[in-house]
Amino acid sequence: MFGYSMEEVGNIVVMQGFSGLSLFSVLLLMALGLAIIFGQMGVINMAHGEFMTVGAYTTVFLSKMAVEFDIVNSYFVFAIIAAFILAFFIGYFVEYALIRHLYKRPLDTLLATWGLSLVMQQIFRSTFGAKEVSAELPEWLLGSFKPTPDIDIPINGVFVMGLALIVTVGVYLFMFRSRGGLRIRATVQNRMMAGAVGINTQKVDRLTFALGCGIAGVAGAAFTTIASTGPTTGSLYIVDSFMVVVFGGAASLMGTIASAFGIAQAQSILQFFMTSSMGKVSTLMTIVIILMMRPEGLFASKVRK
Amino acid sequence: MTVILDKCFGGKQGAVNLAILAILLLVIFPLWLDLFRLGLIGKYVTYAFVAVSLVLLWGNGGILSLGQGMFFGLGGYCMAMFLKLEASDPISTKIQTTPGIPDFMDWNQITEIPWFWQPFKSFPLTVFFVLAVPTFLAFIIGYAMFKRRVGGVYFAIITQAIALILSILIVGQQGYTGGVNGITDLKTLLGWDIRTDSAKYVLYFINASLLIGVIILSNYVLSSKFGMLLLAMRDKEERVRFSGYDVSSFKIFIFCYAAMISAIGGAMFTLQIGFMSPSFVGIVPSIEMVIFAAVGGRMSLIGAVYGALLVNFGKTMFSENFPELWLFLMGGLFIAVVMFFPDGLAGVYRDHAKNFNLADWLIARYTKWFKKDANMLGDKV
Repeated sequence: MFGYSMEEVGNIVVMQGFSGLSLFSVLLLMALGLAIIFGQMGVINMAHGEFMTVGAYTTVFLSKMAVEFDIVNSYFVFAIIAAFILAFFIGYFVEYALIRHLYKRPLDTLLATWGLSLVMQQIFRSTFGAKEVSAELPEWLLGSFKPTPDIDIPINGVFVMGLALIVTVGVYLFMFRSRGGLRIRATVQNRMMAGAVGINTQKVDRLTFALGCGIAGVAGAAFTTIASTGPTTGSLYIVDSFMVVVFGGAASLMGTIASAFGIAQAQSILQFFMTSSMGKVSTLMTIVIILMMRPEGLFASKVRK
Repeated sequence: MTVILDKCFGGKQGAVNLAILAILLLVIFPLWLDLFRLGLIGKYVTYAFVAVSLVLLWGNGGILSLGQGMFFGLGGYCMAMFLKLEASDPISTKIQTTPGIPDFMDWNQITEIPWFWQPFKSFPLTVFFVLAVPTFLAFIIGYAMFKRRVGGVYFAIITQAIALILSILIVGQQGYTGGVNGITDLKTLLGWDIRTDSAKYVLYFINASLLIGVIILSNYVLSSKFGMLLLAMRDKEERVRFSGYDVSSFKIFIFCYAAMISAIGGAMFTLQIGFMSPSFVGIVPSIEMVIFAAVGGRMSLIGAVYGALLVNFGKTMFSENFPELWLFLMGGLFIAVVMFFPDGLAGVYRDHAKNFNLADWLIARYTKWFKKDANMLGDKV
């Protein structure tokens, strides 16, 4: 197969599969936020990638601070929390200033948030410069371990995966096991009735949107461990994350996880055997074709639109 | 006469607005601007084709396609392939390892012209493909999506993904498409040098006249029963369906028509500017083209042309002088148009120029000269 022995192919699949898992983790974190904003509220947030970049720059900034105060080994946990909080509050403000006027016009939301993403990109560029920056990583995130001599698994990948897992479980618990999640789901299912039983639906909207943005911030913090951050980093992931959400079925958490896994794995394994652009093209093409056959996505309930 | 006026020009006011646009494009700009600036206007006019297509598709049909750049690009690439083959004759490419093939193919160790380039040796076939390839692609996408009743935001996201696929494909397949540089160094069209000053003027006038023609044709489409149904589908799709109309076929038609218009713009772009590159295919240009239509007014064919001209003029001005401000302005424009002027310039004009009706003013003023026409125009007054 492609001139490799079976054992080599096995090792390649394991290693590429693992690098796929890192991509999977970032995509999953991005898509979780989108699944809340788009899947639950029906708002197309084209600036979602920029909220990820907010998280990434927060982490980079805090890592520079950490180097000065010599706390590189412990800052990262705080960075994740700070990234969440900052992205959460920016999201809160954006909902207040922009999104809430456009709930009845979903296509216009798309344009307005695209405009927002342009403005945010330029703010990043003016503040942090056009060059890509990377965070100072704590020592325990560097290096790799080798289960067999030919297989090399980077630790930061494992960390990002663990983080994605924790956040996913957290989102699940919040959405399906807490009062807050109950309010969100009630508002999504029937806004009028939710309002009638005393839920402040406007507040719920605002918090839902902010929560989605906050999770994108966490995705940004995770992203800094595997790549460097530039002003347009987020926009590279936005189409992929939308495809993840749509492919998985917009309102389904399981679907989001499954499709993030499928897309990330397919991309990184195909990228090894073909050129990187062809790997991406064939993955996206497959998704588009499947979506044309099954527009409601993989795991959606049988409702249209 | 009145029927033609209403059908093709959108009534009296529409006819005057179109006439003003035509005079601006065909008389004032060529007399007033030097060739360099006129070339820029020509470029903006090619974008206006896409803006007009979006008015039909998005403003009237309620279908937001974020992949119009893809059709623009396909039209442009079809034309560029023909011009490139003509420019790569064996004599002018004799320094290559394989003379007679486009230079970028030679750089990528390709020794013969690939099969899908073969039809572009003939000009009539090229013209056919400029129109047919984007329309056919639109038909496939539209058939797959609209027959399954996918619309709204899902349609927008999927067209966006397809635009991304196409642009990655073009950039990745360097040997067949010229890669990220695109297809450059285009010289002649059927032996006629398109780089000379006179050729540029001729192409500009062809381009602007085509745009006027497209607007008239689109006015005709919109004023037909089909146009009414399009509006009805936008506002109450289920109701149109329950009245017995095949909604998906109408949507497929308008999507294909919009793709074809965009492709004409793309082909004219290639002819006037002399190259085509993937930077007109991907996500960013496709969304920018939506903002042209939004700024001009998503319901107004003529407004969309002004939108395309103004936004691009602003872009050229600002990115020359204050490049870092341009993204702020562009982003702000998106937000402001959506939040405060959903009907764009045409809406502002309609709301604030209500008391000043140019058509009536002109007719009142020149009523002696146009006595006969004025009677014809004013038969409803």
